[in-house]
Amino acid sequence: MPTITIDGHKIEAQPGKTIIEAALDSGIVIPHFCWHPALSVAGNCRMCLVRVGSYKKAADGTLELDENGNPVVQWMPKLQIACATPVAEGMVVDTTGDKTTEAQNAVMEFLLINHPLDCPICDEAGQCKLQEYAFKHSRGESRFVEEKVHKPKRVHWSDRIVFDGERCILCSRCIRFANEIAQQPVLTFVERGDHVTIELFEGTQFDSPYSMNVIELCPVGALTSADFRFRSRVWEMSFTPSVCPGCARGCNINIGVRNNEILRLEPRPNPHVNQYWMCDDGRLNQYRWVNTGRISGAWLRQGSQLQSVSIEQALEVVARALADQGGMLILSGSLTNEDGYLARKLATALNTLELVFVERNDPSFGDSFLRCSDRNANSTGLEALGIKRVSWDQLAAHVASRKPSVLYFLGADPLAEQATGWDAIIATVPLVVAQLTNHSPLEAFAHVVLPASTYAEIEGTFTNIDGWVQHLRPAVETQETLRINGMKQSRLDKFGAPNDRWTHGERRLCRPHWQLIAGIATALGLTWHYSTAADVFAELSQTVPAFGGMDYSVLDHFRGVRLGAQPEPLGVVYESHFMKPQSE
Amino acid sequence: MNVTTNTRAQRMNFWEKLYLPEIAKGLALTFKTMFRPKLTRQYPEERWEPLGSYRGRPVLVLEEDGERCVACGLCSRVCPALAIEVQAAETDRDKERYPSKFEINMLRCIYCGLCEEVCPEEAIVMSKDYDIVFHSQEEAIFGKDKLLVPIARLQERLEFLRQYK
Repeated sequence: MPTITIDGHKIEAQPGKTIIEAALDSGIVIPHFCWHPALSVAGNCRMCLVRVGSYKKAADGTLELDENGNPVVQWMPKLQIACATPVAEGMVVDTTGDKTTEAQNAVMEFLLINHPLDCPICDEAGQCKLQEYAFKHSRGESRFVEEKVHKPKRVHWSDRIVFDGERCILCSRCIRFANEIAQQPVLTFVERGDHVTIELFEGTQFDSPYSMNVIELCPVGALTSADFRFRSRVWEMSFTPSVCPGCARGCNINIGVRNNEILRLEPRPNPHVNQYWMCDDGRLNQYRWVNTGRISGAWLRQGSQLQSVSIEQALEVVARALADQGGMLILSGSLTNEDGYLARKLATALNTLELVFVERNDPSFGDSFLRCSDRNANSTGLEALGIKRVSWDQLAAHVASRKPSVLYFLGADPLAEQATGWDAIIATVPLVVAQLTNHSPLEAFAHVVLPASTYAEIEGTFTNIDGWVQHLRPAVETQETLRINGMKQSRLDKFGAPNDRWTHGERRLCRPHWQLIAGIATALGLTWHYSTAADVFAELSQTVPAFGGMDYSVLDHFRGVRLGAQPEPLGVVYESHFMKPQSE
Repeated sequence: MNVTTNTRAQRMNFWEKLYLPEIAKGLALTFKTMFRPKLTRQYPEERWEPLGSYRGRPVLVLEEDGERCVACGLCSRVCPALAIEVQAAETDRDKERYPSKFEINMLRCIYCGLCEEVCPEEAIVMSKDYDIVFHSQEEAIFGKDKLLVPIARLQERLEFLRQYK
């Protein structure tokens, strides 16, 4: 392994790596725009210029020393780009010296010549790499007095992405992403000199299922999300690290929240699961249902009407029915491991209960990259807990033959998923309990409606399709949780008062599934003591061998642990944009 | 025992203790002042016109083709009292962004002028309005209807900013 010296630190570098990679592996970040660890090297932004040399040797092979006894370095006559220079034994790299700083200043000045500096309008402001480096490597004033070059603005690359040619610094990250990761090579540089801009090939649009990743990838605000555009400043939001519930992949995400409303989801790097990416479907479709159409409070059927009752009263009714008549717990495959564990514990305690979870397959959704045809976030975890996987059709046949007197739906919803024949089946069941997050046609048939929290409001764990157990953290407040109790807070959350209109976002009366199940156990007189999801997970990791040795801090530290395996070392995780409010 | 000596009453001479000449002196001053120029201002009929440098309530500059504000949110970020709330939205104009909502809670505002100082568009400036009244907390939250002021009425302040900012 070649030993190189970066800024006086001796580093053992992996052979074949470039200087910028070797530096990153040991935690040194060399300023860069166009380089990204998941993309090929372009070397066109020139920001990572560093001074490279080697120690001078005398004829007998000993190091030449100067008058202070330090080895003399023979520098290369010109600076080298760290992203395309492979490491070599004995290499000396200077990333902070005068010559390097001068080059970085010069590159920044060149990049800013034709940049419109419309930060007040730009969505990237506050998380922009160009802003970040303008603070660190810029003289603060432009010597350029001529008219800036004008290029096309507000170009729609698809109905999801808006491109602004003037802000673009031509790093080509998006072009390489389209070619190499999204496999949709439709982008290219056109024109020459300072008129270079990026265009789509004629008659194409950039609408790959992963296209929106270029928005985070873009070091400046040239690419913005049509969905998010101008909805909030980045510093007004809190970012909570969590996991996407859209399919069994469980891509790591940050949930951006302002005024208790989710405004956007964006990918969070995790080398085990999703590298740096997530799909557009997850990003666009997995937050609106948390914000709208939610069930708040418990409801009990009296005659033809649903009456509002306290959650405890409703749980009492369900507990009595389950104890007297037995029944069936029908789980959604997107319940957390904690929910599944307590459901299993309740079924064991009563032993008249049947426990299944319903699969949700969509072969048209899956692909060979991140998207899975299994649309349930946690089917692997529920199977690891020994809960049986069924389809709606199998379950319909089973219910028709067994005729259970109680059907208790936990998150699973045959009517919203349009499973065939289920309205007829449900209509014949004496007691239907719907424990759901959102309003659904099932409520019309339900005798008890219990409000469940969504993935964004709970703490818990999902096990993804490859067995990675990953930690979810609450990003949205409910009536029973408090943001100051360890949730991520934006500045507005910290300092808001009740008479500030920006603190009035809706807080719903709902509970995590496991808490509602524990409530039923309490109503039955069982002595379960769980005050947090961590208590449930602690018991789960002790009783289920596959989860052995896990707890939330271990899951956070290693960004997930595989079922039945030891934690795998994570290494340095690359974050492209540093200035942005960090979620970790 | 403490005996207080040299009090004002003890120092007074005979004429002063008599009071009447002192009253006459006082009335003389009153009569003299009646014929001097008056300093009292008959507020609110007679209002004080502050100079351009005065920091009254913050307002938004309204030009012929709409507001200058692009809803960048810097005023909201810099405001030490968190009085300002801005919600941006997209427009078809050249400046792609405008505030669909701009609210200043005048109960929170401390008239420090930092919003004006930070504004990259010179869109929020301190006006000369100093008598801000309201009857409820809700009324104290000023929206765009109250904040937008035609640029013609803000010339003096804009001139001051150009010279001294």
